[in-house]
Amino acid sequence: MSIDLSQFIPSFLEESFEGLELMESSLLTLQQGDDDSINAIFRAAHSIKGGAGTFGFNHVTEFTHLVETLLDEMRNGQRNIVQPEVELLLVSVDCLRFLIKAIRDEEPCENSKIAETAKLLEFALQKQEIEAAVTTNHEITSDNSQAFSTWLITFIPEPHLVQTGNDPLLLFNALAELGEVSLEADCKELPSLLGLDAETLHLTWTLSLKTSVNEDEIKEVFEWVEDECQLSITQQKSDSAENKLVSSPLVEEAVKAPQIKAVPSPVVVNSPEKSTQKSKSETGSIRVGVDKVDSLINLVGELVITQSMLSELGNDFEMSKLTRLTNGLEQLLQNTKELQESVMRIRMLPISFVFNRFPRLVHDLSKKTDKEVTLVINGEQTELDKTVMEQIGDPLVHLVRNAVDHGIESKETRIANGKSEVGTITLAAYHQGGNVVIEINDDGGGIDRQAVFDKAVEKGLVDTSNTLNESQVFDLIFEPGFSTAKELSDISGRGVGMDVVKKNIQSLGGRIQVQSEQGKGSQFKVYLPLTLAILDGQLVKVGREVYIIPLITIVESLQVKEQLINRVSGDMVLYRLREDNVPIIPIYQLFDIPADNKELSNALLVVVEADGQKVGLMVDDLLAQQQVVVKSLNDNYQQVEGISGATILGDGSVAMILDVPGMITMALKRAQRQQSNEKASKKKIETEVLA
Amino acid sequence: MNIQSLVDEVPVEGEYSMEGIDFISSGEQFLTFLLAQEQYAVNILCVEEIRSWENPTKIPNAPHYVKGVINMRGIIVPIIDLRLKFDIGEAIYCETTVVVVLTVVNDDKSRTIGFVVDAVSDVLNAEENEIKKAPAFGGCVPQEYIAGLVNVAENVVTVLNVVALQTIEAHQLD
Repeated sequence: MSIDLSQFIPSFLEESFEGLELMESSLLTLQQGDDDSINAIFRAAHSIKGGAGTFGFNHVTEFTHLVETLLDEMRNGQRNIVQPEVELLLVSVDCLRFLIKAIRDEEPCENSKIAETAKLLEFALQKQEIEAAVTTNHEITSDNSQAFSTWLITFIPEPHLVQTGNDPLLLFNALAELGEVSLEADCKELPSLLGLDAETLHLTWTLSLKTSVNEDEIKEVFEWVEDECQLSITQQKSDSAENKLVSSPLVEEAVKAPQIKAVPSPVVVNSPEKSTQKSKSETGSIRVGVDKVDSLINLVGELVITQSMLSELGNDFEMSKLTRLTNGLEQLLQNTKELQESVMRIRMLPISFVFNRFPRLVHDLSKKTDKEVTLVINGEQTELDKTVMEQIGDPLVHLVRNAVDHGIESKETRIANGKSEVGTITLAAYHQGGNVVIEINDDGGGIDRQAVFDKAVEKGLVDTSNTLNESQVFDLIFEPGFSTAKELSDISGRGVGMDVVKKNIQSLGGRIQVQSEQGKGSQFKVYLPLTLAILDGQLVKVGREVYIIPLITIVESLQVKEQLINRVSGDMVLYRLREDNVPIIPIYQLFDIPADNKELSNALLVVVEADGQKVGLMVDDLLAQQQVVVKSLNDNYQQVEGISGATILGDGSVAMILDVPGMITMALKRAQRQQSNEKASKKKIETEVLA
Repeated sequence: MNIQSLVDEVPVEGEYSMEGIDFISSGEQFLTFLLAQEQYAVNILCVEEIRSWENPTKIPNAPHYVKGVINMRGIIVPIIDLRLKFDIGEAIYCETTVVVVLTVVNDDKSRTIGFVVDAVSDVLNAEENEIKKAPAFGGCVPQEYIAGLVNVAENVVTVLNVVALQTIEAHQLD
């Protein structure tokens, strides 16, 4: 019986990531005598090891084994829980995460960091041994004398072994990884074909294994089936003495080498992570609570009842039943709405998925910058769409990094300013209207407005004569290449980042706000839409086409008054909207389609705003406002300039959703091209005249 | 003991008993259709469905042969007029005008696109060695779209390369 194991790999990976997360968060709060936490950490490590062994990811198994042994000693009280070792374990968690990521992305997982950490783990384990027994060196050499010995293993499994999901073949494969295996199967018990039950095991095996590992490691292979078989492992005889001679000095050297590096320094392994690269399985699966599924099933049940009621009504309909029909339709509407909401809720995950990584981040960063920072997290149960969640992680990491590195002052400064030595960073998430708001607060030094302004002048972003109000000054920090950090650190301050943060948030349809008071701290507020899959739209008509303008971009809609149209600086059409002069983009021109109305006077204008730029979109008619489900054009076609997606309207027809920022760039490009064309033709005329 | 070899020999019910259907011993089946009285064919396994013509929603600034997109049970499907793309015949839309919707999985990505043709005609069985290489002697249809030619009685059918058809040339404003 062989099962295709590869189908279980994704769930193994998922569970491993969850286990690692749990290990990490428990390690951060781990204290002496906290049995629950240490047991939880141990269990997580153990199941990763077991899973990795089953799938043959030996490097993971080996590495986890070291971690597990260390944890086991802590669990049994043989070892005190001290900070350096917790740090080492945290680094190991990073290494494991890297290894498992490598498996997921099918990338090679060669990394010196991992080998180094493994060495440190081994060293830490041996250190304990040295303390425990003075004879470590002897032990190691005697261990080593077992190098390449032959083991005789008799394996008599219970008949029901395969029913528990264990496959002897996998065990043998695992043994084969340890060394040379030859085996003999005893088929005496095998019944005739008629009496054969595929789920009963009738075979017993005798294996001989030539390997350098010790008995414990062989036993470990059988760990999962220990209770379901009779197992005997005996050592036959040691191989040639030559092996011993060659390998023992090597081992001694290996033991000595790491001793030079006493305690491991906590270093975050983030170099191999390519955060920009989209990993393939990130869009993979989603875990949904049973309650959500139950409520869905309930709703579908109700929908079926409504449907049968309606179809019964329709069978012999007469006008007297009209009220019942309208009631039924009402109910149908209600049902579908609720169903839609429930389905959307499936995609919603608590924001703790993102927030969970911050305790570790702040822990590492505060070590690095020698500051003391406590992190307070509020509202981690706030739910957010999965897609939004995946894309908001990196910008938030950046903001939190900034808060630790730039926001919180050094201990001395804090004390000098009469603040508590320990800085506080507060992460909070909550719903507000149709948005999710994420707040990052710090009680640090705040943003120096004058410094920002001076820097902006230096970079040529603003003029000295400009007077900017508070929020305009703070907006400057989102300009590309802007950094007021006096010196670069490897955490932040390179001036790439805040502009990317802003861009990422904007691409999610959100926005970011800064508030800061010098000496008291700063607050970053990120506003995000609840979901990307549904948006509120204004339906507009141009010619025979219906377009949807996202409601969030619309400033106002108005009827053009002729006296407010200005043609300025060379036939540029601007519309005076109170204080602003708004350029006009006729949609029919931009999209090259027929329109009912091409006259500017009396036209309908929808004023929209994107990237701080207001423009008036000229449309033929305003239709209804409604929620639309966003569908991608990319799936079967390609990205279209000025269009962010499509949706299906109530009558089954398709309507395009306008991408307002895209339309603005499109119009700008056109205007520039027109200009250069005009220039070129003018020049041509001039040269012709000259000729 | 090899159980699989035994299983292979056991006849499955209904396997030999269906009547009235042309069984193909080998080779493949193709759907043939008309473009300006010429016969063309695509692999039948790619055909998702055949729809009657309906007015699609226009895509702004798309090439002239991309007629727009339609809603096919919740999926947005672009519609390409093959007559315009290959520049054969007249692009008129009447009752027999149909849309052949093709789905191809290429590089782990499946793409569904509808193609406007004059009419669908028949299902054609062809062995692999019956598909002959097309000579490169002009013609409106670019070579990269042609997988080969098949002789059917007196007529010649052009077998189209569906993967190439599905590739949409990136078009820009300029």
